[in-house]
Amino acid sequence: MKRFAKFWWDFLVGDDWRVAAGIVVAFGLTALLATTSVPAWWVLPLAVTAVLWLSLRRVAR
Amino acid sequence: MGLTRGWRSALVGAGAATIALAAIVAALGPALTVIPIEVLRLVVGALLLVFGLQWLRKAILRASGWRAIRDEAAVFARERAEAASASHVEHAGLDWYAFTISFKGVLLEGLEVAFIVLTFGSTQGSIPLAALGAGAAVALVVLTGIVVREPLGRVPENTLAFAVGVMLTTFGIFWGAEGAGVDWPGGDASLPGVLAFVLLISLGFVTALRRRKLAVA
Repeated sequence: MKRFAKFWWDFLVGDDWRVAAGIVVAFGLTALLATTSVPAWWVLPLAVTAVLWLSLRRVAR
Repeated sequence: MGLTRGWRSALVGAGAATIALAAIVAALGPALTVIPIEVLRLVVGALLLVFGLQWLRKAILRASGWRAIRDEAAVFARERAEAASASHVEHAGLDWYAFTISFKGVLLEGLEVAFIVLTFGSTQGSIPLAALGAGAAVALVVLTGIVVREPLGRVPENTLAFAVGVMLTTFGIFWGAEGAGVDWPGGDASLPGVLAFVLLISLGFVTALRRRKLAVA
């Protein structure tokens, strides 16, 4: 059971859980903005840039 | 497995995994077509994005020198030695080690491929076309294996991983945003723009991390 859970964790989350968490938050923000009159298309590209860079920086210290 | 432990058990394991994969695809394929397209795009986009960023992160770290490039020849030699030293247990006339390793390898890697093919196919409304693309890729890999006749040491693995990461991240952003209710400026025409953006930031990160690596060294 533990190995099964680990497989799914590795499959979906990978090495850095913060990336997956950041993406979930970005989707929430996008969905929220999409219900308003403010354009929301820029949120995901910006979030991807930020979470990827922060994740890379943690390794390249 | 075939080279080290014998082809029969390895091929039976790979064949059994292929049948299991076909059953999973046959069950999941029709089920995906009844899910509303917005929900499908949101879920598929989020998953592609998470997968894509995993690939891209590793490829950027390898390309910039912060993570060792995989030495395929060394990995092949190590795994071949491990396989040769594993004990021989026989079940149903098969070398159980060769069978299970081949089964697991084909099933797990195949699941990822099946997921990508099914989701790309269903979100664009053509699973057969996506399956055709996957079939062409399989034929190309088999052909390359026959022509090269050695482990995939000469294949630029990290460049391929980088390209796959960029593509998955691009489609993840595009479909995920659409699923979350976004209207892209210019509709589908904005997809090349997203691709160019992801490619540029990724190359920019490689350059920045290379400089950082040189500064630290």
